[in-house]
Amino acid sequence: MSEILVLVEHVDGEVKKVTLELLTLARSLGSPSAVWAGPGYTPEAKARLAEYGAEKIYVADAEEITGYVVAPKAELLAKLVGEAAPGAVLIAATPEGKEVAGRLAIKTDSGVITDAVGVGEGFVAEQSIFGGGVNVKSRVTKGTPIIAVRPNSTAPEPAPAAGAEVQVTVELSDAARGAKIVERVKQEKGARPELTEAAIVVAGGRGVGSAENFALIERLADSLGAAVGASRAATDAQWYPHQFQIGQTGKTVSPQLYIAVGISGAIQHRAGMQTAKTIMAINKDPEAPIFELADFGVVGDLFKVVPQLVDEIEKRK
Amino acid sequence: MNIVVCVKQVPDTATERKLRPEDKTLDRDAADGVLNELDEYAVEEALRLKEAHGGEVTVLTMGPQKATETIRKALAMGADKAVHLVDDALHGSDTLSTSYALAKVLGTTGFDLVILGSESTDARTGVLAAMLAERLGVPQLTLARKVEVNGSSITIERLTDYGYDKVEGTLPAVVSVVEKINTPRYPSFKGIMAAKKKPVQTLSIADAGIDAGQVGLGAAWSEVAEFAVAPPRAAGTIVTDEGDGGVKAAEFLASKKFI
Repeated sequence: MSEILVLVEHVDGEVKKVTLELLTLARSLGSPSAVWAGPGYTPEAKARLAEYGAEKIYVADAEEITGYVVAPKAELLAKLVGEAAPGAVLIAATPEGKEVAGRLAIKTDSGVITDAVGVGEGFVAEQSIFGGGVNVKSRVTKGTPIIAVRPNSTAPEPAPAAGAEVQVTVELSDAARGAKIVERVKQEKGARPELTEAAIVVAGGRGVGSAENFALIERLADSLGAAVGASRAATDAQWYPHQFQIGQTGKTVSPQLYIAVGISGAIQHRAGMQTAKTIMAINKDPEAPIFELADFGVVGDLFKVVPQLVDEIEKRK
Repeated sequence: MNIVVCVKQVPDTATERKLRPEDKTLDRDAADGVLNELDEYAVEEALRLKEAHGGEVTVLTMGPQKATETIRKALAMGADKAVHLVDDALHGSDTLSTSYALAKVLGTTGFDLVILGSESTDARTGVLAAMLAERLGVPQLTLARKVEVNGSSITIERLTDYGYDKVEGTLPAVVSVVEKINTPRYPSFKGIMAAKKKPVQTLSIADAGIDAGQVGLGAAWSEVAEFAVAPPRAAGTIVTDEGDGGVKAAEFLASKKFI
């Protein structure tokens, strides 16, 4: 069984859910090795990675690995690819993860596939392109397959493994130190799950009508433990912060359940949510294109339907 | 300041997009070609930086002959000139080949700043700016929602999951921008007329010193094995609210075990 390197995503030492998904996926392809980049490695982090199947954990916890934009992570992975000759490298298909994958591909003269929604035998990656209109199977033909996998593509399942630690040091090149991170600014996040990782996403659009009315979207989200998103119409109108925009020019989400409230479902928006497993739509316009995608749709006034839905969810808890 | 903006002609997202069955590459004739929307923000940012610091904005694109239409839009917005890398040998190039070819051209044009949109609306790989920075050996200041240049130093706000990072580097550098950075201007009539007279330099791969063995479908580092049009989603249940829409929605969620 060849080694499969999985780049760990972590914030403040906490392993993100997508990494557990990638470890689960890696087990079906070979022997998973987690790669920890940057400070924050703790016994809890180690336990979490081992619980989800990491046979090995490469730990490179030098501050400078996360002190510069992307390049040091690519240098770390390139070093490990050279030493461990893995069967493949799996990275989360987040904006930063894709950048790491891109640089790593050049460093190791390897092909790269981004936004995979599955990886099968022979490292054949499945992708859904053109806003979900076409399904593609592709594979890397040169070097080590480097595959960036979308969050929520695999259900994370524990399978305890050894989690043997291997300390790694990497001598960064001057080029890797070119873009220095001088400050990290954390913005309002609250208790809600992160948008791209959430199993359930509730999104509001033009029909919500105002920033104040987004409280209703938040109430519905909180009743389901969901993340809140918004269409471009809503973020352009400044009813909800830009970082929560879903769509072609915003974030791509692929949750188990997507609830579109007051969103017509323009192709721009569909490109960012069409791979959701189950889609529910609430909109007063029966002609809204979102209903073509919906597994369940309610044609009605969201200001009547949503409060009733929230009450009903609370009742059933 | 010598600013080069890399732009791409993409199929209009409002039209049907297809792959060609014979070689599994994008069918560029099936849909109208437009300037990649995110690249408009890159052009706008380049124009703003030029207005603040002086210099020249060059538009660089790699693509078939008809991509010239797209170059004209960037020139009409106010870019000074354009370079169009066009050669049949480039057809089917993947991201590694594309970054190699663009880096070669950038080596001949020279640059203080290369600006790109954060991704294209067709391939959506989001890797090109990082790849260019890697190939050119210059700082990568990507996913910027704000860019400031001061002499030879450059600072950006890089969009992250938790907010943003403030990042510093020095020129020359590669920047990519996200759509919240600015509002792209519309080309004025005067701009559209002026664009017709602006120089567009056409380069073949030989002109740019590009190795034919490193580009095109045959050289790609990955391949599309197969593709299929996604089956339409099975028609869902649509109900009209008659005072019980919320209850019915909850029943649906319960049936799927979400509550």
